[in-house]
Amino acid sequence: MGVKYIGAEVQRMEDLRLLKGSGRYVDDITRDRMLHVAFLRSEHAHANIKNIDTENAKNLDGVHGVLTYRDIASSFDLKRMSQLFPAPVIEQNITQYPVANEEVCYVGEIVAVVVAENRAVAEDAVEIINVEYDVMPAIIDCRLALEPNAPKAHNKSKNNLVGVIQTSFGEIDEAFKTADHIFRRSFLQHRGGCHAMECRGVVAEHDASENTLTLWSSTQCPYLVRRSLADYLGENEESIRVIAPDVGGGFGPKAGFYPEEIIVPLLARSFGRPIKWIEDRHEHFVATTTQRDQKWDVEVACNADGLIKGIRGEVTHENGAYVPYGFLLPFTSLTPLPGPYAVPAVDVSLKVVFTNTTPNSPVRGAGRPYAIYAVERLIETISKNLNIDAAEVRRRNFVKEEQMPYATGALLRDGSPVKYDSGNYHSCLEKALALAHHASFKDRQSSARNDSRFIGIGISSYVEDTGLGPYEGTTVRVQPNGKVLVRSGSASQGQGHHTFIAQIVAETLAVSLEDIVFESGDTGKFPHGVGTIGSRIAVNVGPSAYEAANAVKDKAIKLASETLEAAEQDLELSSGNVQVKGVEDLSVSLGDLARTLSPKAGGKVPSGFTPSLEATSYTGSNGSPFASGTNVAEVEVDILTGNVKLINYSVAHDCGTIINPKIVDGQIIGGVVHGIGNALFERMIYSEGGQPLTNTYADYLLPLATEMPNIEIVHEESASPLNVLGIKGAGEGGTIPATAAVVAAVENALEEFNVEIDYYPINPQHLTELIDG
Amino acid sequence: MELWLDLKERKRGMNSREISLKLNGCEVTATVEPRIHLADFLRHTLGATGTHLGCEHGVCGACTVNVDGDAVRSCLMFAIQVDGKNVTTIEGIANSDKTLHPIQEAFRKHHGLQCGFCTPGMVITLEAFLKNHPNPTEFEIRKAISGNICRCTGYQPIVAAAMEAATNLKNQGQ
Amino acid sequence: MKSCNFSYYDPNTVSEVVSLISRHENAKLLAGGQSLVPMLNFRILSPEHIVDLNKVSDLFGIKENGNHLSIGSMTRQSELLNSPLIIQSSPLISKALGYVGHDQTRNRGTIGGSLCHLDPAAELCVVASAYNAELTVTGKKGDRVIAMSDWPVDFLTPALDHDEILTNIRITPWQGSHGFCFIEFARREGDFAIVAVAVLIEITDHVISKASIALGGVSAGPVRLHDVETLLKGQSPGQELFKEAGLLAKKVDAMSDVNYSTNYRKRLSGALTERALHGAMARFKGEEEGHE
Repeated sequence: MGVKYIGAEVQRMEDLRLLKGSGRYVDDITRDRMLHVAFLRSEHAHANIKNIDTENAKNLDGVHGVLTYRDIASSFDLKRMSQLFPAPVIEQNITQYPVANEEVCYVGEIVAVVVAENRAVAEDAVEIINVEYDVMPAIIDCRLALEPNAPKAHNKSKNNLVGVIQTSFGEIDEAFKTADHIFRRSFLQHRGGCHAMECRGVVAEHDASENTLTLWSSTQCPYLVRRSLADYLGENEESIRVIAPDVGGGFGPKAGFYPEEIIVPLLARSFGRPIKWIEDRHEHFVATTTQRDQKWDVEVACNADGLIKGIRGEVTHENGAYVPYGFLLPFTSLTPLPGPYAVPAVDVSLKVVFTNTTPNSPVRGAGRPYAIYAVERLIETISKNLNIDAAEVRRRNFVKEEQMPYATGALLRDGSPVKYDSGNYHSCLEKALALAHHASFKDRQSSARNDSRFIGIGISSYVEDTGLGPYEGTTVRVQPNGKVLVRSGSASQGQGHHTFIAQIVAETLAVSLEDIVFESGDTGKFPHGVGTIGSRIAVNVGPSAYEAANAVKDKAIKLASETLEAAEQDLELSSGNVQVKGVEDLSVSLGDLARTLSPKAGGKVPSGFTPSLEATSYTGSNGSPFASGTNVAEVEVDILTGNVKLINYSVAHDCGTIINPKIVDGQIIGGVVHGIGNALFERMIYSEGGQPLTNTYADYLLPLATEMPNIEIVHEESASPLNVLGIKGAGEGGTIPATAAVVAAVENALEEFNVEIDYYPINPQHLTELIDG
Repeated sequence: MELWLDLKERKRGMNSREISLKLNGCEVTATVEPRIHLADFLRHTLGATGTHLGCEHGVCGACTVNVDGDAVRSCLMFAIQVDGKNVTTIEGIANSDKTLHPIQEAFRKHHGLQCGFCTPGMVITLEAFLKNHPNPTEFEIRKAISGNICRCTGYQPIVAAAMEAATNLKNQGQ
Repeated sequence: MKSCNFSYYDPNTVSEVVSLISRHENAKLLAGGQSLVPMLNFRILSPEHIVDLNKVSDLFGIKENGNHLSIGSMTRQSELLNSPLIIQSSPLISKALGYVGHDQTRNRGTIGGSLCHLDPAAELCVVASAYNAELTVTGKKGDRVIAMSDWPVDFLTPALDHDEILTNIRITPWQGSHGFCFIEFARREGDFAIVAVAVLIEITDHVISKASIALGGVSAGPVRLHDVETLLKGQSPGQELFKEAGLLAKKVDAMSDVNYSTNYRKRLSGALTERALHGAMARFKGEEEGHE
């Protein structure tokens, strides 16, 4: 028999290369005769371009070309980029030109392109391009964007409203009419940017004789890049190969399609030389999509016992200057409502508005952290006002295990009902509370208080729709040497795809992990893929790898049954062989079976068999599995400085069947730290005129090791009935509830000051102001 | 005579120089423009791409390399400054190509990396730190890597790896 | 983020340095490079000439000279942090250095670089102020000595002419029985402080006989709280006195920036001064500092 790999804590197959410095990230790729690109980017949040003088730059030694919109448009139809995710609700579907035409709408928008011998020279040239701007008024604060006299983000748009979406079900008016209590909260939420340690980057090479383009891009979605580029250029999809090499973190913003992914291949084609552009950190702050502000005004109707009857409210969502990624971020800000709670009526609308800032797209968790934060704020509000323990309010309102599958009443964009497939929210809560020693917290708090220390505890529960469809595919092919080639479309940015997919295939085929050769993230090696977003890879690739491996297994057994002259049911796979159950001597190796199915010239494929010992599957999940869990944060607040220190952090997490516990724990811990960063540190500040003010890592504060707590984790495993392995996604479940837990803990620590936090990230100065009243 | 005396009238930035250094124990000679920082020199002139650039302004620590025994940020030194020095990068931290350094081993065991981009800087930083602090506490390790940003792991598995590496290094008497 | 081109010089002696910078108006001195090189990479600065001080051996090292310490301006922060001489004679310096950046930056960063960059919150500037450091600068006309109190002229601007170089920092360690403390509030480990405070108090016969309190982060340069020092002198240390000192410290003239207001900086000045005084007393009594 083979080794039990699914559920085992195996070391990662990726790590040996990465640890030795042999990883290959996009900036590690060099091509002969390669040239380098630097961009001149807009220094204004909103301006009309009057004139661009590139003469001096063109004449600099080592410069091969300086191009503006006009230069490129003279030989190529340089149109606005297309909408990646069109939706009828997008009323003003404004996307950007890859290079600005007449108007720039955010600091960072590309104005001119320099091609040079090396990056340093390209930057020398950028410095001496002279642009005359006519500076226009800019709108920066999303809360002001819809005021009657607000500056317009675009000269020609009618106003700053991009569109309105809504989630609505149940009898909301009735709920608010009959409820014992109505509580209202208003708050601003600010989520930060990507800040993968590797910035973005593109290398492009054009083969003129075959008219093919090869792109290496630091992307989460090579297939999306391929399709978008093919559409933009009017080329065959198959004449473009997009490779995501090792990618140094993604977190959402690398899932889009960017202007640079058009310009760099265009230049490679027109210059007849490979072209490289590597985003530097200064660019990353303005050129890579981010998340930023949402303003929530929300109210809850409940009974005297804390049972929620309805939630309603209005949200304003800042989308930046363009709509590069449809309404995926706004949609995911509403779909999680009402979280893990059985709420009969919900009515929340969300207005998407333009601002003259870097365009927005999902960052780890997308809109879900906003929505969960809003619901959890309401739970805390009920708890405080009705003086019911915060855990108890949750217990009373949770969807119960026996209600599964539970349809919330909300509808997905395709009109199908939102349905929680499985889960035990009560159990997760109790497990998290136990881990956090919640029962003894009051004692800890009062003894701390006697030492003039202010500690607090905060709970946050969540659900997460994971495993967004439609599919990812996997091919499993046994090679003549017995090694098993596994190919999938999904690109990895560090999530350990190689490892967990190898675990599934190796267990199914009873081979060792080392026998698996894994390739992914290359459109030249696997025909179709979707992308690594929305906690969807394990849910989609997992079942397809399992199905493909099983198909190979079946084929191997069927063939071996002829070779070994034994009945199929008497055969098993073991150590790379098919053998008669328990009899090692009566066996044939998978490699030999593969040879039999791929004969040389003049040979014959056994009748009844197709060539090659391989199978491909696109089997995914039959709908979105809902992951869930509860986080408990314990903090200490220094009331003199306003500093918040995390003391303990406990997580109960349910992502269904776990394939590799260490990989899942890694996702959770990293995700929680991202959420803590949102709660306490990461803030992108713009001046009123739209200048980014926190665009260095000295000003934009990413979480460091010293400020992060140890995070303790306990698992609940409610297998999803929606896919063959019972998997739910795990990539974002750490981040989604974390901010709400930290903020609740801070409020709890400052209970006696009656502090109500109306904004995150919590700024220590603001906190002292709240403490002082 | 100092080179600058010869060059004082020459065009700005034209005083490229030949430098020699030991990279991971091997003697290397190359001509460098003064403005090329050490990280770009290692990566693009010498092809040692294990050293990564995360911010180029001295905060993220991804580019950390060891120069004459000290962990330093290679984006904040010019290549011209390492003339005659000993530089160790991630490619040279293990005894041989075939083995891993105990810190690398521990990272592997504890999943101390995900995307791997910050990893070389983390390992180089910890190697220098553990040499001087063989019995670190967990918080001392957190402090030691506070100049290295990791966006993936939340640091906890890195700390666990470093604690174990410290024990193993001590036992090996390294 | 690639630096502009520049001409590079790596002289061996102070006189060569002085000669170079006298001849080249648009030259920058490269010490540890931990502040300068980021500014070059961002192209905030585009000097034509870089004069690297890393080969000027006379600028390195810590010497004991009678009752004072003579610290070469190119002495690395890591050397100061770990120097037995510093730890024994003026441990406030190594305490403060624990807050300066990280191992990798301290291994290159120098005391002179920090003093010349003159970040408003730079820990070494605060300590230099608390010790009344004397700074020797060398130019064509020879040496001149500048008191730390006269060193900051404006934001990021020391009293140094373009053709001068800071060569030496003279610190006079406190001899009598005294306590010391350095604390700061920063959001994260190694960040520049929002407010930092250095405290030295000498106790003679249970009474504070001498006090030095310096704040960083409130103004262009470090600020000595002379009124607080006066308040403390002649008093016996205790909770009430330190509280009063904190309230007085809170009255300091403080700046504001995009992140933090004047009021908040005043609040921190008061709170941290009070805490640092307790810390210094604890140290005097041989206990660990109460707050870090």
